Amino acid sequence: MASAETPQVKKDTTFNFTELVLSKEGDVLRLSIIVVLLFALFSVLRSDTFPTVGNMRSMVFQASEIGILALGVSLTMLTGGIDLSINATANLVGILAGTILTAMIPEGAGTGQIAFALVVALSVGTLTGLVCGLFNGFLVAVVGIPAILATLGTLILYEGIGTAITNGASVFAQEALSFVGNGDVIGIPVPLILLLAATGVLTFILNRTRFGFEVYLLGTNPLAAKFSGIDNTMVLIKTYALSGLLSALAGIVVLGRINAASVDFGGSYVLLAVLIAVLGGIDPYGGSGRLLGVLLALIALQFLSTGLNMVLFQLSGANFFKEFAWGLLLLLVLLLNFYIAKRNT
Amino acid sequence: MPNFREIVTRNEFLVLMTIIVLSIIISFINPQAFLTLANLFRILRSSIVIGIFAMGVLIVLISGGIDVSFPAIAVFALYSTVAIMFNLGIQDALLAIFPETTAYLLGFIVALLLGALIGMILGAINAFFIAQFNLPTLIVTLGTLNAFRGFLLFFVGTLIFREEIPQGMVELSRTNLLSISPPEQRTANLNISILILLAVTVLVWFLLRYTMLGRAIYAIGGDREAAARAGFNIRRTQYFIYIFVGILAGIGGIVFGSLGRQANPFDIVGTELDVIAAVVLGGASISGGRGTVIGTLLGVLLITLVSSSLVVIGIPSEFQKVVVGALIIIGVAIPAVQNRRAVTPQAT
Repeated sequence: MASAETPQVKKDTTFNFTELVLSKEGDVLRLSIIVVLLFALFSVLRSDTFPTVGNMRSMVFQASEIGILALGVSLTMLTGGIDLSINATANLVGILAGTILTAMIPEGAGTGQIAFALVVALSVGTLTGLVCGLFNGFLVAVVGIPAILATLGTLILYEGIGTAITNGASVFAQEALSFVGNGDVIGIPVPLILLLAATGVLTFILNRTRFGFEVYLLGTNPLAAKFSGIDNTMVLIKTYALSGLLSALAGIVVLGRINAASVDFGGSYVLLAVLIAVLGGIDPYGGSGRLLGVLLALIALQFLSTGLNMVLFQLSGANFFKEFAWGLLLLLVLLLNFYIAKRNT
Repeated sequence: MPNFREIVTRNEFLVLMTIIVLSIIISFINPQAFLTLANLFRILRSSIVIGIFAMGVLIVLISGGIDVSFPAIAVFALYSTVAIMFNLGIQDALLAIFPETTAYLLGFIVALLLGALIGMILGAINAFFIAQFNLPTLIVTLGTLNAFRGFLLFFVGTLIFREEIPQGMVELSRTNLLSISPPEQRTANLNISILILLAVTVLVWFLLRYTMLGRAIYAIGGDREAAARAGFNIRRTQYFIYIFVGILAGIGGIVFGSLGRQANPFDIVGTELDVIAAVVLGGASISGGRGTVIGTLLGVLLITLVSSSLVVIGIPSEFQKVVVGALIIIGVAIPAVQNRRAVTPQAT
């Protein structure tokens, strides 16, 4: 507070790298440094397996679906809320789409029949994600339930609906959808293209449209947003609907990649998505953060996960060390952000 | 005296009515399975551990925070306690000194204290991050949930302890407060650990109602800024809250392991939503400042009733989650509609 009244103008004309890294705008730079360091570290430790094209490809397939979910969490966090139902929504979408594909494509079906089934399955999947998101938005914005509770409730509800449909078993998809999860376009994996496209569209929406401006303003100060004529209710509903759509996309990518869907899939994805969003510089209290940071955080986390697996693979329970490392990382990032914020006020 | 209208619109009353209506429906459909003393005691027994956890969650919610890490603390405390007591041979040492019954009782008390101590330490880690740096509670505890569980599974162990459980803990599961044998029915046993839940409940009730600390917890949940201006020490209160939750989680973990007679490091984590749901159904508000012990107990009873009795009336177990999810949403929607305010309420 005191420094706001007496601004300490430190307009140093000489380029100061440390100053830049630790500045408030340095988050993207900081993340880029972390990404490079992690890449270098694991490339040295496992020079035989880590820096290979094959490994990069397999990392892309793993990271893309989590990345798409992290975008949804980031969006809702920008408004000061959160969406914990992302993975439950994605699984429900996968289950419905898979069920439709299985029902509509009998053995020896023709190309036309397969194409029609795909259109129906994808439409129903997208619509399901949209409805799930709209319902979240309705509960948060219209009913006025805190976002954590509303989406915890719908998490259980959507998972419950998925369980009721499948009896808890796995639903299988068809080869027809495999392109979305495993395919390539001029050598670039389709899930990566989808992730980048989603990031691009959302970045445009956030930076260049009225709605994007409203999201940031609502997240910074809901009361100020309201008094400046913004319809907070509509902005929130749209935000959660977008998050639902992103979950649907993730669900379809997963269904295509592993050719199956179940309510149990991706148990740790919610934590990971929140971790990626916070690591990427999205303020959990809302109002600030960029999707470019989220993308960099995704890469850093994937390097860490795969790298740790490769380094620790002889040890029993290497997976659990990863869980430990993720939790620790989240706490460290929170602390780092705290100190940087403090330093810059 | 509150008037009639006030009573009927109270959250506790709504939950109680739901429990009663649900019980009536269940008894109509399947009286043989539901309306027995054995079944009642069974429901009570399965609500003991959730109840202990719920008391901790209640305090956190009243203070305007949320803690999702308590199941990890509970299983950490349980598993480490069993490992420590087994490796040091504490139960055997006690048996060598004291007569059998005393040794078992002391063995259980040692386990309880050790579990509480471990819970306290882990709770202090939560408290440090939350109180010292004023970080968002959901994100911190999401982080510690994974850190604690990952640490336990990677550094402590993944094997399930069965024979290694101290005999004192096993004895708890066999000791009944009440044992009634109605004619031509199964014997109904009420486990003694219900007394632990009772003690925890009374303690929390006293704390919230009659102490300055309790006032502080309500105050910082209602309006943090106002509480600070009124002279409440927010940091110290938050330290207390998260350490206390850790202690309760540790105790709950030991009771869980005692009743199930095993320590499985993969247990308990995953039940956090059920417990939070129970507390919220009982009327505690996640935006802080509201919540009662009675409401929480009723919420726990409702959740246990739903999850243990839907099968009895022929609702397939696959549909249970739909019912629980819908219940939670309705349960949080009613109070939200009742006191909707101008500002968009989103918890942090």
